[in-house]
Amino acid sequence: MTARGFQLLPERASALAGRVDALYAYLWTVTAVFTLLIFLLVAYFGIKYRRRREDEPAPRPTAGSVRLELFWAMIPLVFGMSFFFWGARLYIAQYQPPDQTLDIHVIGKQWMWKAQHPSGVREINSLHVPLGRPVRLILASQDVIHSFYLPAFRTKMDAVPGRYTTMWFQPDRVGEYHIFCAEYCGTLHSGMRGALTVMEPEDYEAWLAGAPAGEPPAAAGWRLFQSLGCVTCHAAQAPSMAGLYMSEQTLADGSTVVADENYLRRSILDSTSQVVAGYQPIMPSYRGQVTEEQLAALIAYIVSLRDARAGEPSPPPPAGPDPGGLPPLRPPAPTGQREGGAR
Amino acid sequence: MTTTGLTGPADRGGASPEIPAPPRRREDYLNVQTSVRSWLLTVDHKRIAVLYLVLISVFFVLGGLYAMLIRLELATPAADLVEPETYNKFFTLHGVIMIFFFLVPSIPATLGNFLIPLMIGARDLAFPRINLLSWYLLLIGGVIALAALIGGGVDTGWTFYTPYSTVFSRQQVVLTIVGAFIAGFSSILTGLNFIVTVHSMRAPGMTWFRLPLFVWSLYATSIVQLLATPVLAIALALVAIERFFNLGIFNPDIGGDPVLFQHLFWFYSHPAVYIMILPGFGVISELVAAFCRKRIFGYSAVAMASLAIALVGFLVWGHHMFTSSQSAYAGLVFSFLSFLIAVPSAIKVFNWTATTWRASVSFRAPMLYAWGFMGLFTLGGLTGLFLSTLGIDIHVHDTYFIVAHFHYIMVGGAVMAYLGGLHYWWPKITGRMYTEWIARFCAFVIFIGFNLTFFPQFLLGYLGMPRRYASYPPEFQVLHVMSSAGASILGVGLFIPVVYLLWSLRYGERAGPNPWRAVGLEWMTPSPPPTENFSQTPVVTWEAYEYSSLTPEVKLGRPDAHDTHAPA
Repeated sequence: MTARGFQLLPERASALAGRVDALYAYLWTVTAVFTLLIFLLVAYFGIKYRRRREDEPAPRPTAGSVRLELFWAMIPLVFGMSFFFWGARLYIAQYQPPDQTLDIHVIGKQWMWKAQHPSGVREINSLHVPLGRPVRLILASQDVIHSFYLPAFRTKMDAVPGRYTTMWFQPDRVGEYHIFCAEYCGTLHSGMRGALTVMEPEDYEAWLAGAPAGEPPAAAGWRLFQSLGCVTCHAAQAPSMAGLYMSEQTLADGSTVVADENYLRRSILDSTSQVVAGYQPIMPSYRGQVTEEQLAALIAYIVSLRDARAGEPSPPPPAGPDPGGLPPLRPPAPTGQREGGAR
Repeated sequence: MTTTGLTGPADRGGASPEIPAPPRRREDYLNVQTSVRSWLLTVDHKRIAVLYLVLISVFFVLGGLYAMLIRLELATPAADLVEPETYNKFFTLHGVIMIFFFLVPSIPATLGNFLIPLMIGARDLAFPRINLLSWYLLLIGGVIALAALIGGGVDTGWTFYTPYSTVFSRQQVVLTIVGAFIAGFSSILTGLNFIVTVHSMRAPGMTWFRLPLFVWSLYATSIVQLLATPVLAIALALVAIERFFNLGIFNPDIGGDPVLFQHLFWFYSHPAVYIMILPGFGVISELVAAFCRKRIFGYSAVAMASLAIALVGFLVWGHHMFTSSQSAYAGLVFSFLSFLIAVPSAIKVFNWTATTWRASVSFRAPMLYAWGFMGLFTLGGLTGLFLSTLGIDIHVHDTYFIVAHFHYIMVGGAVMAYLGGLHYWWPKITGRMYTEWIARFCAFVIFIGFNLTFFPQFLLGYLGMPRRYASYPPEFQVLHVMSSAGASILGVGLFIPVVYLLWSLRYGERAGPNPWRAVGLEWMTPSPPPTENFSQTPVVTWEAYEYSSLTPEVKLGRPDAHDTHAPA
């Protein structure tokens, strides 16, 4: 991103950015009109009714008017509601990703962003994404709260330790854009920046193929699933992982929960907190035993089994989701998923 | 004209140009005793107000110094003046000092302390000793915060977000928190004192709806201070406890919830915004009435708006957390509620504007500050609506847009009102007049400097410049340089009043009881007032801001003038 001339709006790299800018323009118009109105009224009255002699008679008081008060109570209310509804519409759009997102795990740590693509390719302080494809970021933090901020997409989301948060965007312009950490995170907070590169899909494929290949997270997760001993119980005394992701589970107390990333995370770290009905709370906690990356891998493994037939013993992941290829369809995200599910 | 007693409406305005008050040696609250001990052990609300004025001025200068260093560092994109860690300490200390030790106590503890008893016709506050204790608590809190500063400083931001503050920061977090915690009790006790005073110590005839709007707004402020500050104390105490004992309150690694802290913190700190701005509203109401010589249009609407702001202010804290992983439904509700609070704020601005209609408008310095306030607060308030608007806030949250917005409210609003009030009541507090032309000039300099400092920050924020950055990409430099240039003008504008106000203490023209020929009980006693405020308890038979029923002769202070509203 090169320095450009004086500008009032940042670059736009998604359709949503244009919608945010339109609302912003509306807000400034209302702001300018009212600030100017107050300024002109005060200036006009001030000059017209200026005190000409110190001993001039005091003006007659203006009788209060309930109707006038109600009228100008309505002005901010009406404009406020127009801001609210327009802003809420945008927020809901920012909140709910469409289907078929490219899911990328991003972990914030003091003071860098680490990303892992579904094929296993890793990046630090940079993120490559294909043009036109909705991208969903699953954010985690290894230490303090960070915030993944993409000004060109007019969106940001906090990366909060202890839970997953998600954000999404759909790039519609090739280019290189800022990644900022927006939540103060310590000494080198202002150094926690990176570049988001939007590439033509074929360039993205080529980039992925050329990048040092890593083990796909789902495969790494399957290895961990065996080495940590999960495989011994799951499918016998414990639920199978097959078809678990995004399914609705009934808990021992009768409540239900959608098995999203946050539920899976909680079930691994606080294993007895939300036990599925019919099972004993016998699973040990893996808090402190797995790193954020390993946790992401375990979850990627479970996600990879989303289409496996429920009830089977936990199988290995389906043969490598083609590096860089489109991962299979994801079910539509339920509301509430962005904030990290039920608590 | 009596020298120590109550000067009734009939002879208010004794210092009008026509009949200057003869300079006579008279006992007042300032010269009744002059030893240091008499000041440090005083229970006179007026002297305590002066103690506060001195104390918070020291904090203001210190906080302002940090602001200057911040703007100096940001003049270039690289972190080249100081290390990033030092920069982080600068903005933390700037925020902590300005908020907890200047803005929160500013108008209530100085002007409020001085004026509430005078305005309601009382001899003192309900609890004079608690009042002195409040000052000492602020002093002790401030000294502890300064000790933290000398002991290495603190780098968490004034918001102390967890788990950074509880687990990761290696600076003087606990010491700073203890300082803010103790200062919080100063604020709680002041609020309590004001509430009890307004309820129980009003002079005969001073009904609730005859109270000056300044008293109404401080009453609303006190409710917020009393109810919200304990939550801050709890939140800060929990941070200290987690740091000491490693309990899993906010640290997710041991079962805590870092976002819980944000809920607790903003449950205080959003209402705290109203602790800072509501007193400003009160000052502006007084200034507009006095310099328009007219009752505030819609007096009861303005009074009730203060209470409405105080109450709704408790319901909007979640609008600081739209990107925090808070639920989307909570986001929608908090956004909606935040728009409701715009209504009472707008009512005030419209009513002040309407008061100017067919008024007798004087362009004295305090009025210029009041107009500055109205302009800056309007822009600050409206940009607050940007931040309540969900789709926009996701983009501008934690950027310079929010920095600009809250400085328009806190500096453009609260500080302008504080300065306007300080100029307006300076003759009452000190018995001296400052130099009018230089005060007017300063109001202009501050207004220009302020806008040049903070308007570019709205643009920076929308362009994506995050807050709390020691270094930044070069494309933001032009706006940062504009902002830093504005800050130097603002700095000059804020420094000159220190000089001419101090100068006036010795060389200023003597002010009579009522140099502005304003109505209100505080102007019916000599300047500076005697320790007992009024030699006899005033009996109020007139409404607030009743300018019109007093004939010009009365306001000019002719001894033979007849006044139908003379106290019994």
